[in-house]
Amino acid sequence: MKIPEEELLAPGHRGCAGCGATIGIRLALKALGRNTVAISATGCLEVITTPFPETAWEIPWIHVAFENAGAVASGVERAMKAKGMDDVNIVAFGGDGGTADIGFQSLSGAMERGHNLTYICYDNEAYMNTGIQRSGSTPYGASTTTSPTGKKSFGEDKPKKNMPLIMAAHGIPYVATASISYPEDFMRKVKKASEVDGPCYIHLNQPCTTGWGYEASKTIELGRLAVETGSWMLYEVVDGEFKLTYKPQVRKPVKEYLSVQKRFKHLQDKELDTIQKYVDQQCKAVGI
Amino acid sequence: MIKKVITSNQAVAEAVKLAKPDVIPVYPITPQTTISEYLAQYVADGDIDSEYIRVESEHSALSASVGASGAGVRVFTATSSQGLMLMHEIIFAAAGMRLPIVMANANRAISAPINIWNDQQDSIAQRDSGWIQLYVENAQEALDTTLQAYKIAENEDILLPTMVCLDGFYLTHTVEPAEIPDQDKVDNFLPKYHGKYSFLDPKQPASVGTLADTEHYMEIRYQIEEAMEKAINVIKEVDSQFKNDFGRGYGLIDAYKCEDADIVLIAMGSICTTLRYTIDQYREKGEKIGLLKIKSYRPFPVEEIKEALKNVKKVGVLDKNISFGIGGALYTDIKAKTDIEAYNFIVGLGGRDINPKEVDEIIEKTKNPVKDISWIGLKEA
Repeated sequence: MKIPEEELLAPGHRGCAGCGATIGIRLALKALGRNTVAISATGCLEVITTPFPETAWEIPWIHVAFENAGAVASGVERAMKAKGMDDVNIVAFGGDGGTADIGFQSLSGAMERGHNLTYICYDNEAYMNTGIQRSGSTPYGASTTTSPTGKKSFGEDKPKKNMPLIMAAHGIPYVATASISYPEDFMRKVKKASEVDGPCYIHLNQPCTTGWGYEASKTIELGRLAVETGSWMLYEVVDGEFKLTYKPQVRKPVKEYLSVQKRFKHLQDKELDTIQKYVDQQCKAVGI
Repeated sequence: MIKKVITSNQAVAEAVKLAKPDVIPVYPITPQTTISEYLAQYVADGDIDSEYIRVESEHSALSASVGASGAGVRVFTATSSQGLMLMHEIIFAAAGMRLPIVMANANRAISAPINIWNDQQDSIAQRDSGWIQLYVENAQEALDTTLQAYKIAENEDILLPTMVCLDGFYLTHTVEPAEIPDQDKVDNFLPKYHGKYSFLDPKQPASVGTLADTEHYMEIRYQIEEAMEKAINVIKEVDSQFKNDFGRGYGLIDAYKCEDADIVLIAMGSICTTLRYTIDQYREKGEKIGLLKIKSYRPFPVEEIKEALKNVKKVGVLDKNISFGIGGALYTDIKAKTDIEAYNFIVGLGGRDINPKEVDEIIEKTKNPVKDISWIGLKEA
């Protein structure tokens, strides 16, 4: 795959060293090109890329609030249609909180109404912008500041909300999962979504050095471990048909992924075993 | 020009049809619903070429409006009561982003207890947002004000969203004759809108709705205040041009028989018609009572109000809202900006009737006051 050299998300933004979100956005914009309008939910991405009077966005960009990226994108899409600019790619970016929690209704409405746009959830599995609080996308066992480990707690006690399958249940033409550590797979999916006429949803796993607790240089490695252990899987649902886009040759034990992150450091064998069994079951269901 | 016997909701819809917004995101709520329905039918019949978005909430209605207006096109939405309360966060964002959205609000009480009938608590609760608020008295004014609202909001010195407030049921569901202006005359009065600062064009990329820190926030907010101050003259100019083109004008305020009045009643919206009727009866008896209708609540036309009240001794201010612990919003504004002797009457909450009999009581309690703030029409406990 030829990856364009042109950067549409400029360097110099305020992201942490090793920020997974901005790697994801850079790749997405490379796949989409200049003829694109981006909508952001409130979150890390909006805060780090647009401190007035500066902006890291080389394409038109709009942000309104935390929970309404789906609705704002709906308005933008119809306005573009009214202006006779239907050929412009409309892409919305929301974090996992802005997507799975507070922005869920607005997103569901936008998907159900059939707008021609792509929504990309950049999932770092907690509210990182406010300082690592539990979201509906936080995985089982993770310690966050609102699901902390303690004498009576091993951290988050529910598995992650399955957003991509919820989106697929909307009957939209294209749903995919992706990882920043598999850039060609991700970019191919973004490109494909932009070519589909109708609403598309991509759920992007992106490690967060600050929130997950690992060295900034290991972001890509962590993303790979998530996929190689089956903790995150890469697939697409095209017109309702599920297809894996990557299958690890040999699935590594989840412990290899969990033990290198501060948020899971406290887990005992019992919880690790529960997580391994959960991942085994999830993987078995899709043939990994 | 044709004349139709219509509700104020239809009058608003007729105005929207004439204004030809590019995008209309709406969500139904009593008593606004028929505005959404008329517009849906116009689109279904091909009478207007607008993109109609059937959003899943009022929050999304205004969010989609902000998205569309941010993309540089003309937008209309409408709501009421709980819907307006749900929009509250985005109400402020729309003003802060300086987007000339026009929204009709069918004034209705807010929960709890839940109540679908009229008062003005819903829009009063949005008064500090940076939206221009215009309160109308009848169907014709609802239609004309909706057209004016676009011209005010889209003025380059203003660029503030504008709310047309019409009383639920009293206006939204009662019919009266209204003139529907000709399309060509409206096109001349209100040409097509192109966003000059917000447009989302890949050929001229710009970021809209960014973060502003402590170094920049206050200046940006101050610009809203400057625009609101300029809006006083712009509303006058737009009204004057409208009068020239269509023969009807309303002003920021309407001072009715105030010149020689001993007592003036101050109010907003449909109740002004009842007050005019009652005042005429008092005048026949030789009592010098007047009415000051406040059409533009934000911006608040302080100089015009002072001028209208310069010979007046006392005023009775009617509020269909209450700021618990201090009094009605219009009353506190009048007290803040004038030195006149003023008494406050909380009326009509949740659709409680206000008839000439209650107006008699208000006039009597302004003549012979016993307390600053009185609730009118309260039943014995």
